[in-house]
Amino acid sequence: MPILEVEYLSKSYRQLHGENTLAIGNVTCRVEAGEFVSFVGPSGCGKTTLLMTIAGLIEPTSGRVIVKGKEVKGPPPNLVLVFQEYNKSLFAWRTILGNVRFGLEARGDRSIGAESKTRELIDIVGLKGFEKHYPWELSGGMQQRVAIARALAYEPEVLLMDEPFGSLDALTRLELEDTLLRVWAELKTTILFITHDIEEAIYLSDRIWVLSRRPSQIIQELLVEFSRPRNQLATRAEVGFMAMRNEIYRQIGHAP
Amino acid sequence: MNGGKKFNWLGWLVLAILLSLWEYGARMSPTLRFYIPPVSQIFTALSHLFVSGQVAGHLLSTLSRFLEGYVIAALLAVSLGILLGYFRFAYNLLETLIEFLRPMPSVAIIPVAVLALGIGDRMIVAVTVYASLWPMLVNTIDGVRNIEPTLIDTARTFGLSRRLILWRIILPAASPYIVTGLRISLSIALILVTTAEMIAGSRGMGFFILDQERSFNSGNMYAGIIVVAILGYALNRLFLVLETTALRWRRGMIARESA
Repeated sequence: MPILEVEYLSKSYRQLHGENTLAIGNVTCRVEAGEFVSFVGPSGCGKTTLLMTIAGLIEPTSGRVIVKGKEVKGPPPNLVLVFQEYNKSLFAWRTILGNVRFGLEARGDRSIGAESKTRELIDIVGLKGFEKHYPWELSGGMQQRVAIARALAYEPEVLLMDEPFGSLDALTRLELEDTLLRVWAELKTTILFITHDIEEAIYLSDRIWVLSRRPSQIIQELLVEFSRPRNQLATRAEVGFMAMRNEIYRQIGHAP
Repeated sequence: MNGGKKFNWLGWLVLAILLSLWEYGARMSPTLRFYIPPVSQIFTALSHLFVSGQVAGHLLSTLSRFLEGYVIAALLAVSLGILLGYFRFAYNLLETLIEFLRPMPSVAIIPVAVLALGIGDRMIVAVTVYASLWPMLVNTIDGVRNIEPTLIDTARTFGLSRRLILWRIILPAASPYIVTGLRISLSIALILVTTAEMIAGSRGMGFFILDQERSFNSGNMYAGIIVVAILGYALNRLFLVLETTALRWRRGMIARESA
């Protein structure tokens, strides 16, 4: 049984002048447990709306989302969304330790072990020594690491990520991609990732769904079979990496 | 404002010069002396008042009325403010009423309060609650309405209930605004207690000051004024200490944003 199923999902908005615009066309897809899957699509194609709907934060106009066999009505308990805007999503009044511990508190873990679990996660995302800092004291990349650690502390079975590295500089982005892959391999979470960076999607994923322009629809599915663990130099130099990149690029460029 | 750590010599020097001028001027003119006694005489009166215990009772009355009114107002304003900030409909319902009542000088309500509650503690506390309510209410509403929506979405994706979102997200996120309201209301509450005591009361610093003036005891009157001034100053300092502790997380953030 797939861990996440999206069936005939669509979402339309009423605009100011009364017209309805369709943000999500008719999306159907399935994610198996433990997979790393990405949506890749042009900017403004409704990717965020799609992910927010899957996360149960927005109600779909039609269709449904099923997580572990249960239809989503409101945010499901075994799924968490990491936002692109880490600076708006972190709790400014909590330290790094407090922010990450929030993930544990949210699922009711107030045990003695919670403290050491929190520290362990901070260590995993590479922020050891910053426990007592406040979010504003950290760089953008470090703040997104906090947001990721906080999401992992919740021990979700499905982790949704909305262009989490979209506003980071190129080097930090590569670094965080590797951190994410390491954590994913270690914790065996299912990850559904959104990005407009084609190479990022290929580098990270087992499968890629290419989205069209608004209203977003899946126009192609690609399997990414490069061996793991992946490596920023070796994987990107594989035969077929560029071919796949170009294929997706053409798809998006000519998207209906 | 200076950093708050360095002692402000210049400021104290200006104060000392003014007091010396006062002392000198009052000693020069016997007529003036009747209305404005020399500073030294005022401080003598002040120490007599404290030694005889004459002023302590009045001070305590004022302080307890102030605390009662201020705390009741804070609880009311913050809970109502969160409600109005969170629920658009509730806000629309009461917005006009608030905008109408808020700018009215609160002392104007004192006669109404006297009619309704008579002269006594209840009236004074009620007036204090009424007056200090507005800044706290309006700031809390603003604070809640300015909360970043992503914060609420974050809390929701982590499965927090509405009640927990209120305690864990809305209250701390709005706390800088709430504290601003609390600080403004601190002075207002003190003004209203003192004024109400002057109009209707047989105890309290407001009553004492007016009573001394009416019995031509200008030394004691000024001493009373000084006591009220010190009370206001002390409460403000105390508040600042509490504020810096509670909003420690915000200090550096503001410094960096404005840099």
